[in-house]
Amino acid sequence: MDTATAVDEMGGDMSQTVATEGAFDHEKASQAFVGKVGEIAVDNPRMTARKVNVYYGEKHAIQDVNLDIGKNEVISMIGPSGCGKSTFLRCLNRMNDTIDICRVAGEIKLDGQDVYDKKLDVVPLRAQVGMVFQKPNPFPKSIYDNIAYGPKIHGLVSNKADLDEVVESSLRRAGLWSEVKDYLDQPGTGLSGGQQQRLCIARTIAVSPEVILMDEPCSALDPIATAKIEELIDELRENYTIAIVTHSMQQAARVSQRTAYFHLGKLIEVGNTDDIFTNPSHKLTEDYITGRFG
Amino acid sequence: MPNTVLILVLLGLMAVAYQLARKRSLGVVGGGAGVRKLHSLPSYYGFYAAIWCGLPALIVFGLWNAFQSTIITDLMVADLPAEVRSLGQAELGLVVNDIRNLAEGNITSGEVSPEMRAAADHYLSLEQTSAAALAVVVLSLAVLGTGLAWRLVSPKFRARNQVEFVVKGLLIISSTIAIFTTIGIVLSVLFEAIRFFEMIPFTEFVFGLDWSPQMAIREDQVGSSGAFGAIPLFAGTLLISFIAMVVAVQIGLMSAIFLSEYAGKKMRAFAKPVLEVLAGIPTVVYGFFAALTVAPFIRDNGSLIGLDVSSESALAAGLVMGIMIIPFISSLSDDVINAVPQAMRDASYGVGATQSETIRQVIIPAALPGIVGGVLLAVSRAIGETMIVVMAAGLSANMTANPLQSVTTVTVQIVTLLVGDQEFDSPKTLAAFALGLMLFVVTLALNVIALHVVRKYREQYE
Repeated sequence: MDTATAVDEMGGDMSQTVATEGAFDHEKASQAFVGKVGEIAVDNPRMTARKVNVYYGEKHAIQDVNLDIGKNEVISMIGPSGCGKSTFLRCLNRMNDTIDICRVAGEIKLDGQDVYDKKLDVVPLRAQVGMVFQKPNPFPKSIYDNIAYGPKIHGLVSNKADLDEVVESSLRRAGLWSEVKDYLDQPGTGLSGGQQQRLCIARTIAVSPEVILMDEPCSALDPIATAKIEELIDELRENYTIAIVTHSMQQAARVSQRTAYFHLGKLIEVGNTDDIFTNPSHKLTEDYITGRFG
Repeated sequence: MPNTVLILVLLGLMAVAYQLARKRSLGVVGGGAGVRKLHSLPSYYGFYAAIWCGLPALIVFGLWNAFQSTIITDLMVADLPAEVRSLGQAELGLVVNDIRNLAEGNITSGEVSPEMRAAADHYLSLEQTSAAALAVVVLSLAVLGTGLAWRLVSPKFRARNQVEFVVKGLLIISSTIAIFTTIGIVLSVLFEAIRFFEMIPFTEFVFGLDWSPQMAIREDQVGSSGAFGAIPLFAGTLLISFIAMVVAVQIGLMSAIFLSEYAGKKMRAFAKPVLEVLAGIPTVVYGFFAALTVAPFIRDNGSLIGLDVSSESALAAGLVMGIMIIPFISSLSDDVINAVPQAMRDASYGVGATQSETIRQVIIPAALPGIVGGVLLAVSRAIGETMIVVMAAGLSANMTANPLQSVTTVTVQIVTLLVGDQEFDSPKTLAAFALGLMLFVVTLALNVIALHVVRKYREQYE
């Protein structure tokens, strides 16, 4: 009863979520800090999300999330499992469209253009906002064809020489070229896990996106492969905007400039990564980063 | 004791043996609390006893029944008068048959002599003795086996390993039955085919362009040359199968893609079973449909636009056969397309591919082995299909690539050759076996080629 009232006060209709996950201790703590989410806006935003609500059927998965993603920054999203960080990420390039029961409300803009505009075609959007997934998912094709897939379907290249160049430069930028340049005709599925994930990143940057979304890109990888990917993320920041969901707080601290903490479908706190990890203003954030739960 | 009763009693004994050994295994460790001291679970001791009770007895039972009749007959023949025994093999066989019929109360050929009556009585008494002996042997084996297993029950005894050994043996036997059946079928066809090729040269059969399997009974008979060139039949088979596959692969694959990628849950739940109903319609019914509806329709429409269509055409048979095959392709392809991981779709959408690009360039290649498997199954079905073709395509062995004419297929000719009274020393009858053998070889070759193609072009995920 307590928690339900608390939620009503916050203006969110989350009775469903509370009913299933209400056992959590930190419910009460969250209401004390309503409004102190931190600086959601940035000076030069590439993507802006306002009042985003996501429903999976009856379940209210994301509630009133406002967040900017700035140019040439890496923003990491952290939070316990089921907090909605991946769902939010998938809203940014409408990957949730493939899930029948998923419904998104609110406004998400890419360079001022509403991505949920009925008139907008989702295909070029996804070319602009690329995605790297949790589990490496190379196509069962050759390494070359994996990279060439995107440029080919978008007609970005007119001849074989150009395509070769795109493939090489994408693999170079993903730090994979020297390892695979002699095996381009071998299947991408034959690479190691870390190589596969870098192949997937190369595949994503081959279509020259503006934003790259990464959904726990290192969760299936060993520490050395993870270090390589993190290095790569840092290099990619020069040319791309990157939003990364991660379970590893060390990773968030290492790679990102800003960090957003999600909890039970709400954005609890966002700010500079250094501030969040050294001086969190919210009790929930503090508890999470000090490892008390999550 | 009749065999059925004997088997039932044996099954009962096995159940008793199971219970006894199970109880005893619990007994030797002092009740349910001691179960952990046993090497195996109590039920394994039970199964072990049941196997010892049943298996040796069943083996003896099987062997006994397999050899009983030969041995009894030999014994009876040995007691027949000398002049009967000195008859030739064939005549002796006839006499023995008569005696058996007499013993079983059936009608005999000719009148019954006292010697025959005596022999029949002898046969009957031998049979009764044999049955009684069998019952005694089987039941005592069962009891002995149970006793042995009972004595072996101890905490250290590895009953589970023994039972699993027997189960493994059963599995091996089951899997080899299929192989041996195939070999048996091939051999039975092969030997008859060899007899055929002794009369008609192999080259004439394989390369001959003329099919007219009419054998002259008298030397001076007219128009019964007997030409056994199989090419027109294979041409007809290929033509009809080709038409059927053109229809089925396109419609089947398209509907599979629709069902798995575009259709909503409700549509899919409704459409898939309805499509599969097509596979449940008996081929005879398809045959009616082809002969009475489709063939006249094609003929009437063909004559409207000035085409000369025969009332039984390859096109009619092929179209209807194609429709019959649709569910094979659509259902199997739908399953394999659904089995392509969602991660593949996500990856493709993630770089901005459209749904159709994703289907064409990612999903279909990944699902290809399964799709080809479905198509192969459909091809074998099309080549082996008989009923529709008998009714709708005709019987005349035309050598043509024109789908509007009537053709005939290998299976149809096999049917017509083997229906009715046959003489098994005439090439006309034996030709059926040669055709069957060729059909088998062709389908086998198709399978091998297709497997090779799949292995070469498959895109393996995971």
